[in-house]
Amino acid sequence: MESTKNLNEYLLTRLIKISGYSAIVFVLMIFYFLLREGLPTLGEVSFLKLISIRWYPIENYFGLLPLIGGSLIVTLGAAIFAIPIGICTAVFIAEVAPRWTRDILKPLVEVLGGIPSVVLGFLGILILAPALRRLLDLPTGLTALAGSILLGGVAIPTIVSVAEDALDSVPRSYRDAALALGATQWQTIWRVTLPAARSGVMTAIMLGIGRAIGETMAVMMVTGNAAVLPVKWNSIFLPARTMTATIAAEMGEVAKNSTHYHVLFFIGLVLFLISLGINIAASTAVFKQRKRAERILS
Amino acid sequence: MKIIASTICLILFILLSSCINPNETTPGSTNISQVYSIVNKGSDTLVNLALAWAEKYQQLYPNVEISVTGGGTGTGIAALINGTVDLANASRQIKPEEIQQAKANGINPVEYVVARDAIAIIVNPENPVNHLTIQQISDIYSGKINNWRDVGGDDRIIVRLSRETNSGTHVFFLENVIRLGDPKNKTLFSTDTLLLPSSEGITAETRDNPNVIGYDGLGYVTPDVKVIAVESKQVGLFVLPSADTVNNGKYPIARDLYMYSNGQPTGAIADYINWIMTPEAQTIVTQLGFVPIVIP
Repeated sequence: MESTKNLNEYLLTRLIKISGYSAIVFVLMIFYFLLREGLPTLGEVSFLKLISIRWYPIENYFGLLPLIGGSLIVTLGAAIFAIPIGICTAVFIAEVAPRWTRDILKPLVEVLGGIPSVVLGFLGILILAPALRRLLDLPTGLTALAGSILLGGVAIPTIVSVAEDALDSVPRSYRDAALALGATQWQTIWRVTLPAARSGVMTAIMLGIGRAIGETMAVMMVTGNAAVLPVKWNSIFLPARTMTATIAAEMGEVAKNSTHYHVLFFIGLVLFLISLGINIAASTAVFKQRKRAERILS
Repeated sequence: MKIIASTICLILFILLSSCINPNETTPGSTNISQVYSIVNKGSDTLVNLALAWAEKYQQLYPNVEISVTGGGTGTGIAALINGTVDLANASRQIKPEEIQQAKANGINPVEYVVARDAIAIIVNPENPVNHLTIQQISDIYSGKINNWRDVGGDDRIIVRLSRETNSGTHVFFLENVIRLGDPKNKTLFSTDTLLLPSSEGITAETRDNPNVIGYDGLGYVTPDVKVIAVESKQVGLFVLPSADTVNNGKYPIARDLYMYSNGQPTGAIADYINWIMTPEAQTIVTQLGFVPIVIP
């Protein structure tokens, strides 16, 4: 009896350990694959050509700047759109809404997160883009802005869900103490609850932005996919081409191991490094804050 | 526990069943008792036509299964090079470097002209412009003309629509319209040209937006967009695309549509290609808005 218990325990510990390590192994394997398929680019295309501003792969123009710029401007737009709405919704659900509203809202937001992005893209192409064109008097509605709004829609459910969990796990006593000191509900939320849940809220934002920058289908359908470097003040109102849409639109066509194929993997590598950078920046920020908070508490 | 086990079984079943190779055609003439399958992939321009052919052929010969998918000419030819399809549909001729890649993979592409097609220039019905010369279309797409006023329309910014670069229509348009058929001409699409992933995307935007100019295969033009008459080789004569004007050579933006097989086809694939060349199959071409190669 005792030995089977030990055996079970042993197996379970091992299993959990393997699952834990497997995530690391997968990331390393993906990284290795991207390096293997993407790095030959540097031998085939000169660096100057890669940082030029023209992307037209069928005639060997491999300028990556318009694509990187396109991804950044669409993601930035999505962040500006999604972060305030997402955090406010999370605060409302966690702190303000009465119990019954909360029981309806939380599952609804999670359903919103489950809508396939191709459906969002469809709505974007049929409703959002024409509406934007008429409303803002643009030459065309298929712009970086349309992509930003859709990506905001993709990121909001993630932000709300994770941020709400973080706010919810702030101990009741914090709020009681603040209210007992005479703080209003708004002061409690803004000065006590949100700062206490800061690392969780930060994670929520990062996960949301991570979803946005990697999103492909909806973006490909509504941004117009014109590879223009977004340097003008009104670039958000002009068409843009993101890295993800480029990979998705062109990967099906390329012959394996051609220069174009390697460049597409190189774009994947750049995308991977950008999201890695965002994650590292976010986690260092979170760690710093935790240290300061611990100092104050101790 | 039971659920987990049955899930694993299900996954294994799916994985294993996808390992079975369904397209083994034995050389020799078609045998009635045996089922043959032909995998056919490529040009989105050709996909409706290829589907209609496949449907009709399977009615006539129920022992042949033809699977047709689109994805673009580049996709189809890449699949032929990688040996995953029997027939690749193409709306342009195979490029020399693609032939090289195919030879390197031990594939020998053989070409068949299966139908003809014209590219229609489309605008929103509200746009007052009725006709353009090829030179004007080239200047619009290369970015030299940016306002409809300069070609006789309203004072509106021109928004250029194009198919993605993996579309055969895109390459054909680049070489024969923007570069005016001159191989030395290296003009490119204006960078702010919108590259849309589907014909439907182009039709939807053209239907809605009066600033737009777009192009698409004649078979894809819907009645809710306006087709522009293009100047033929005879100066001053503007021609709308139709089966007649393509066949008599008056409409200038027309092309051949191709199928490529690996080596001289045998058995079921050869029978299928021979059938496509018959008047019966070419009637379907006319019905779908393309132009037949042999007059039925």
